Amino acid sequence: MLRAALPLLGLLLAGAGAVEEPTQDPGLPGEPPPGLELFRWQWHEVEAPYLVALWILVASLAKIVFHLSRKVTSLVPESCLLILLGLVLGGIVLAVAKKAEYQLEPGTFFLFLLPPIVLDSGYFMPSRLFFDNLGAILTYAVVGTLWNAFTTGAALWGLQQAGLVAPKVQAGLLDFLLFGSLISAVDPVAVLAVFEEVHVNETLFIIVFGESLLNDAVTVVLYKVCNSFVEMGSANVRATDYLKGVASLFVVSLGGAAVGLVFAFLLALTTRFTKRVRIIEPLLVFLLAYAAYLTAEMASLSAILAVTMCGLGCKKYVEANISHKSRTAVKYTMKTLASCAETIIFMLLGISAVDSSKWAWDSGLVLGTLFFILFFRALGVVLQTWVLNQFRLVRLDKIDQVVMSYGGLRGAVAFALVILLDRMKVPAKDYFVATTIVVVFFTVIVQGLTIKPLVKWLKVKRSEHHKPTLNQELHEHTFDHILAAVEDVVGHHGYHYWRDRWEQFDKKYLSQLLMRRSAYRIRDQIWDVYYRLNIRDAISFVDQGGHVLSSTGLTLPSMPSRNSVAETSVTNLLRESGSGACLDLQVIDTVRSGRDREDAVMHHLLCGGLYKPRRRYKASCSRHFISEDAQERQDKEVFQQNMKRRLESFKSTKHNICFTKSKPRLRKTGHRKKDGVANAEAANGKPQDLGFQDTAAVILTVESEEEEESDSSETEKEDDEGIIFVARATSEVLQEGKVSGNLEVCPSPRIIPPSPTCAEKELPWKSGQGDLAVYVSSETTKIVPVEMQTGWNQSMSSLESLASPPCTQAPTLTHLPPCPLGTEEPQAPLNLPSDPHPSFAFPPSLAKAGRSRSESSADIPQQQELQPLMGHKDNTRLSPGIANSHWCIQFNRGGWL
Amino acid sequence: MRNVLGPSGIGTKASSSSAHLLSLSQRDLDSVHSSAMGSLSSHAAIIPDLDSIRRETGCECARLRWLEPGGWGRRRCNAARMDLQRIGALAVNPLGDRIIESFFPDGGQQVDFAGFARVLAHFRPVDDEDIGNRDPKQPEPLNSRTNKLRFAFQLYDLDRDGKISRREMLQVLRLMVGVQVTEEQLESIADRTVQEADEDGDGAVSFLEFTKSLEKMNIEQKMSIRILK
Repeated sequence: MLRAALPLLGLLLAGAGAVEEPTQDPGLPGEPPPGLELFRWQWHEVEAPYLVALWILVASLAKIVFHLSRKVTSLVPESCLLILLGLVLGGIVLAVAKKAEYQLEPGTFFLFLLPPIVLDSGYFMPSRLFFDNLGAILTYAVVGTLWNAFTTGAALWGLQQAGLVAPKVQAGLLDFLLFGSLISAVDPVAVLAVFEEVHVNETLFIIVFGESLLNDAVTVVLYKVCNSFVEMGSANVRATDYLKGVASLFVVSLGGAAVGLVFAFLLALTTRFTKRVRIIEPLLVFLLAYAAYLTAEMASLSAILAVTMCGLGCKKYVEANISHKSRTAVKYTMKTLASCAETIIFMLLGISAVDSSKWAWDSGLVLGTLFFILFFRALGVVLQTWVLNQFRLVRLDKIDQVVMSYGGLRGAVAFALVILLDRMKVPAKDYFVATTIVVVFFTVIVQGLTIKPLVKWLKVKRSEHHKPTLNQELHEHTFDHILAAVEDVVGHHGYHYWRDRWEQFDKKYLSQLLMRRSAYRIRDQIWDVYYRLNIRDAISFVDQGGHVLSSTGLTLPSMPSRNSVAETSVTNLLRESGSGACLDLQVIDTVRSGRDREDAVMHHLLCGGLYKPRRRYKASCSRHFISEDAQERQDKEVFQQNMKRRLESFKSTKHNICFTKSKPRLRKTGHRKKDGVANAEAANGKPQDLGFQDTAAVILTVESEEEEESDSSETEKEDDEGIIFVARATSEVLQEGKVSGNLEVCPSPRIIPPSPTCAEKELPWKSGQGDLAVYVSSETTKIVPVEMQTGWNQSMSSLESLASPPCTQAPTLTHLPPCPLGTEEPQAPLNLPSDPHPSFAFPPSLAKAGRSRSESSADIPQQQELQPLMGHKDNTRLSPGIANSHWCIQFNRGGWL
Repeated sequence: MRNVLGPSGIGTKASSSSAHLLSLSQRDLDSVHSSAMGSLSSHAAIIPDLDSIRRETGCECARLRWLEPGGWGRRRCNAARMDLQRIGALAVNPLGDRIIESFFPDGGQQVDFAGFARVLAHFRPVDDEDIGNRDPKQPEPLNSRTNKLRFAFQLYDLDRDGKISRREMLQVLRLMVGVQVTEEQLESIADRTVQEADEDGDGAVSFLEFTKSLEKMNIEQKMSIRILK
């Protein structure tokens, strides 16, 4: 087994040829061709890619194993575990191959492993935060790195002069400066790996992380300058060379940034024209970013800076241009690649350490380096912070400084750079390599392990994630404009002024040039937040089961929860619902029929939860099942329409909150329960089958409601209150219940054809007698509390279904005796006033849209829907004495049978 | 041009600013306007005035454009609406007009230096030491969180009824959101924004609700300008 694992380790490595061949390799040259082979083993042809794939697989499996235990990963950063795993693997290699020849190859590292990580961090960098703190980041990156490099190098040289370093370490001042330059840079990979798990506040994170990215330019320059000085020999270095060194700092950093921005521009421009070839959009992002990296590397500019700037610069435009799916693809691929590369880097670091030939240990050098990098890092941070705090609006306090000093992790960049040293020119290379390994291991393992407890102990402000709200977004923009204006008035052109200018420039020219016209239109930030909020609402709505209707939006998950008196007080509710009855009367007058009271109650349900969809809904919905191709587009239309319209109804129902809310629930429950009954009948009383049947029934319900709703909006144009009369096609439910009962094997709702004619037949104004007005005004006052409680049960059960995987839960619940749900019921009214997650309402069409948005996983919401429904059904069956449910049953049958 | 450079166009730094104002007002006595805090009509009152402005607002007055060479204060003690409107970048600022308006709370055309500094004092960074040493009996400083928020709030609340109605929200959104968004979309955004913050269901955002909707935001940081320290 070990032998089989060995070739796997050979990838990415120089001199992998020495690996023992697997024994079953028959394709040796020299053998006579054995004619036609039934089976041919061609290991050599696939060796390299196969090894790469296996290698990545091992790394991924290791990650999975680590994350099996939440306890371990919460204590130990993944990077530590990976390094330790690398050590183990390296030990195995050493034991088997008798020599260690695998290590992190600098070429592989810089060309393949580093770019994805940097691209990922640049692309997903919170740009606003980054530019807000750019001054501090640049200071730490440039001044801090220079300071670290020179002080560490000089101090080590001093240590050698003092005789504390063994004389066999042959190094002069320049060598030590070279070593200082490569050991001083904070490593982006290590910082990212550790800080992502620590969750310190954003400002602190962006400063440390931004520094680690931007200091690459300084590191590269220092390393190159020192390296060439060492190669030239200190005697030959002239004054002009120092000047050139300083100049190259600017060339490398600004050049790198410029290359990145040029490619970002190209990338944004290219994605503007990919409308017809959406499929290559993600590819373009990666290709051009990689091209930026390689170009900068080719011109020996700062490649990290280039790809960071590329990601940072292009994101806004690229995200606007590419399709939603491409966006997801880019995100996932980027994260996958970065995480993959990071895993491999740490693993290889561990393996590289197991190489006795590299180990030229000198305690003085190692301990001195460790001490100096920690000491000078801390000193540098304190000094710089003191200066920066004179200018900063938000001061960095002492705790921040401690975390920043302690968070200065060294990593693979330092290691790769030290490997790149030329042993001929730098005789002390082995010592430096060993010291670097120790430093990297110390910072990643010891500091990585302790930084989390430290952050906890110091009570560093953690990052708090709160959902964005429209108000925050809008007001933040307002604040920006206010500040820019005030800076104008004061006459000081500071940060806000220039940011404002830039935004105007961007809006006027850049966005026009780089964004697709259609994308530019919707690419307003406030609109964007609005859109996203709506999508999230829709998704959570679908997740909740899609049928928990209450007054619209009041309790949308994206909105802060509110405890308005009107919503929680039952008496208030009753009073208001009584007053709202007259509104019903008006509407009901226009309805000539009343034969089916169930239908009337359904209207109220919908008038609370819905608003008038446009006419073309009908068309798109009725075609819904016919043409599968157009379905997606139609769903999107329906979805967007709903999003736009939802608030209108919300607004109009706002002052009728209670009235609309109470009745919808009444309606819905009665209706739903009826479904359950119908299904139960259809299934010949087999309770086990109810799951599927209910699922199907609910979905059909939603669709038929939509159709009917569009009808009603045609007939009742004058309805300003958003109260729409919709007839619930009860017969349809019964039929569909039967249909779905036959469809147990394949519960997909799409198979079931819609029955619009059936629904139309049941429209109340097309059928005869009955006085709805009387019913409504009398019923509401009595029934509301019970309804509230059933509504509460629904939302609770749907929340429960959210919390657990629906697939497993749905079947178990079908077998559950209904007793627990029944016992819950009495408690519900008590909980009601403090309801923290009140249900919210969406138009059912929205649920459908949301559902088909995630067509591939369409089963999940359906199964989630099923659960509260069943819970309710159980309720009603268990306690038929409850007024409403009883009434509903009777009524339903009355209307039906 | 009223804000032509005076003959004695020397730099005004913190040390010389009060003397500067004195000389200005001596020249333009006719335009001296009584300030909210006291009269500027006597020469002797002027220097304490500046000091008291500094005490009240905490503004380092010398840094303001008013007192800089070429600023409005060079020749007068009052700035007119026109002076503010003449600032180039303010014209393109979507909220520029409203911010200018906030300098003239009573609908007047003139603002004196005290009023000017008082408005700007809203944007001073909050100093932790100030909070610690503050006399609890004194009114809240102008740069407190509440006052910062109130300044923003009154930019929305055009009719000064203490509530941001849906219409007012829509107006602001129209200014802020680009022309690309249709009116219908704007309205739905406005609706949602109001509803998001509206807690008592009156269809408008009161100051309390406004504060609450922003309670998670670091207002002290987001509504401060460093140079006003």
